[in-house]
Amino acid sequence: MQLAGTAEPAGLLPARQQMALSLGWHIVLACFGVAFPAMIFVMHLRGIRREDPVALGLARRWAKVSAVLFAIGAVSGTVLSFEMGLLWPGLMGTYGDVLGLPFAFEGLAFFLEAIFLGIYLYGWGRMPAKRHVLMVLPMAITGIVGAYCVVAVNAWMNVPTGFRLVGGEVTDVQPWAVLFNQHAFLQFAHMWVGAYMVAGFSVAGVYAAGMLRGRRDAHHRLGFMVPFVFASIAAVTQPFVGHVLGFGLDERQPAKLAAFELAETTESPSPLRLGGVVVDGEVVGAIDIPVLGSLIAMNSLDDPVPGLDTIPEEDRPPVNITHLAFQTMVGVGTLLAAGVTWFWVQRWRGRDLLTKRWFLRAAAAAGPLAVIALEAGWVATEVGRQPWVVYGVMRTPDAVGDYTSALWWLLGISALIYAGMTAAAVIVLRSMARRWRSGETDLPSPYAPETVDSSS
Amino acid sequence: MSLEVAVAAAMFAGVIAYAVLGGADFGSGFFDLTAGSSRRGAELRTLVDHSIGPVWEANHVWLIYVLVIWWTGFPESFAATMSTLVVPLLLALLGIVLRGASFAFRKYSATLRQARLFGVIFAVSSVITPFFLGTVAGAIASGRVPMEEDGDRWSSWLNPTSLFGGAIAVGTCAFLAGVFLAADAHRSRRSRLAEDLRARSLGVGLVTGALVFAALVPISMDAPVLADGLAGRAAPLVVMAGLAGVATLVLVWRRRYSMARWPAVVAVASVVSGWGVAQYPWLLVDHVTIRAAAGASATLQGLLVAVGFAVVLVLPPLIYLLRLTQTEEWTRH
Repeated sequence: MQLAGTAEPAGLLPARQQMALSLGWHIVLACFGVAFPAMIFVMHLRGIRREDPVALGLARRWAKVSAVLFAIGAVSGTVLSFEMGLLWPGLMGTYGDVLGLPFAFEGLAFFLEAIFLGIYLYGWGRMPAKRHVLMVLPMAITGIVGAYCVVAVNAWMNVPTGFRLVGGEVTDVQPWAVLFNQHAFLQFAHMWVGAYMVAGFSVAGVYAAGMLRGRRDAHHRLGFMVPFVFASIAAVTQPFVGHVLGFGLDERQPAKLAAFELAETTESPSPLRLGGVVVDGEVVGAIDIPVLGSLIAMNSLDDPVPGLDTIPEEDRPPVNITHLAFQTMVGVGTLLAAGVTWFWVQRWRGRDLLTKRWFLRAAAAAGPLAVIALEAGWVATEVGRQPWVVYGVMRTPDAVGDYTSALWWLLGISALIYAGMTAAAVIVLRSMARRWRSGETDLPSPYAPETVDSSS
Repeated sequence: MSLEVAVAAAMFAGVIAYAVLGGADFGSGFFDLTAGSSRRGAELRTLVDHSIGPVWEANHVWLIYVLVIWWTGFPESFAATMSTLVVPLLLALLGIVLRGASFAFRKYSATLRQARLFGVIFAVSSVITPFFLGTVAGAIASGRVPMEEDGDRWSSWLNPTSLFGGAIAVGTCAFLAGVFLAADAHRSRRSRLAEDLRARSLGVGLVTGALVFAALVPISMDAPVLADGLAGRAAPLVVMAGLAGVATLVLVWRRRYSMARWPAVVAVASVVSGWGVAQYPWLLVDHVTIRAAAGASATLQGLLVAVGFAVVLVLPPLIYLLRLTQTEEWTRH
């Protein structure tokens, strides 16, 4: 997947894979951190306002689930903080004071999130109900701030600003220009809406799966509906946000756009190229829809998508991965938007698709699908920016630390640890669900004095 | 105070907060590890769960706070430290990940077997994490982290100052945790547990105190800059650490656990700030000063704005949370 394999540092590829693994794992949990609190808030508020025990029960369970998810989210986020320096000292040493300020504000957001998480989780039954429910709200807001700040740094990597290079030295640093860079808001909107899709579809999917097994009580219907409403709004919004985000990409990052569209050469008007790969400079296996490429990417009937042939060879990204990842994201996103639209149109016409097994199966699959779209989107934008870590300014090989191929060992060990954590989280969450179904509510730890004494 | 020093001070305040608040959480792992069989240790492990459950994530964020200020305010020294000390930092990171994850997993384990597995991982990683972070402090303080090229990836942290730094970190964490857990046990009227913790806290306190002062000998040979600072500018803090440590032991001995928490915090904060004050004005001893390591001034100003936000927005709810956990209502299991 590397184009220029000659003078590349031995640690580059394992470092990139290490970052991909740890970011790709964390981003799923980050989605829950951003979007789950708002769903818990709505559920909890409904429980209090309508004195609805079903809603209160759901909110309480979701809070416990979020305790597990946020814990592994917090530690996997810490991994990224370390890896910024451990893997990319070239980037951090040179540009740390340019890109750092958004991280400082993200840190504040994370601080508040962790504090209110502690208050909310342990506040059940220990605080007045009305004050207690308000403790979730700061988490929903810090999720927005935190996501904005982190994505602002990524947007800066795509469209660097807020500094000048004079004779190779970074000068005239303007950290606020980085925090509020032009590109940050749209990219944030794309990620934020995506987070609601991932968390909403995933949580709703759990209850869809329950309904498939015949559990069609009020608990399952409400547990499905609240996150599904969030996910639906996000899913129908996302295609527009994504499309607007793409405006001007031909000028910002022409190589990335060419790779997205698999435009090997500049064609006027450009076709929309579905699937396909480039082999030896030729496009193979793609389905071309005439004109549509120009229309979607350039908002024009005849403006061509600038082809890869206009990009110097050493500046081209790995084109096939970028193209397929981009289209996976768009394809899955379109499918999800169409699916929820169908559901709500049918409901408006008085037909409840929740009685249909095929719909419940699709709803259960929507969570994993949203995760696939999320991962594919990150792969597309990150691989599509290569060979640059900061577009047009610093190449990824110049950012990586001085490591030998021994770094592959770190990747192997990390993969094992992440696999272990994933398995443990699944086992624990499933066992929680099992105990809840059997009527337990408090889930005492099995090593509590009372439990240990009664079981032995 | 210059801009650079103000940012460094804000960063070091984070180091102290992490050492005290995060330290007490890590230290709980020491008592969890040594609590004995499932039956004998059940009461203590439940207490540990309850004591650190609401706060550990918030306390953990101090580490993020420190890292972010470091790489934003003093980027090249951050990159240099990360490159040279990759081994202990990765091991500390492993500990941080396993500690947090297994703590959450243990709490909601369905079976005793699962809880035992996660419990062992939680407890062991709680002990090793401060050790490796301590070796990092020792490496910086003994001048083993150069700026231009990478330092030795092994001897930089496998040396007398680092090893004592690691051991002191483990000790101070356990010392804090012992006092706090004893106070929690006492407040929830578990007198047998409080007695047990009292005896062990006294032991841990004596060992840690001895370790801190014994370390002055190898430090004087291995880390002359740090030794000079400890004997000079930081001497009042060394004395303060000793006095507060003794006061803690006396109060624990007299079963005044709640009051003992304060001198315990002062003692540990003094040890940590003694290190910081002693190596001032170096950021990486012998290699770069705070002033020389600083990044762009506009960024340093921005960081101070962020720190101002932290004081106004983060501290009040943090204090609210910490106070809640120390109330009668929250101590109830």
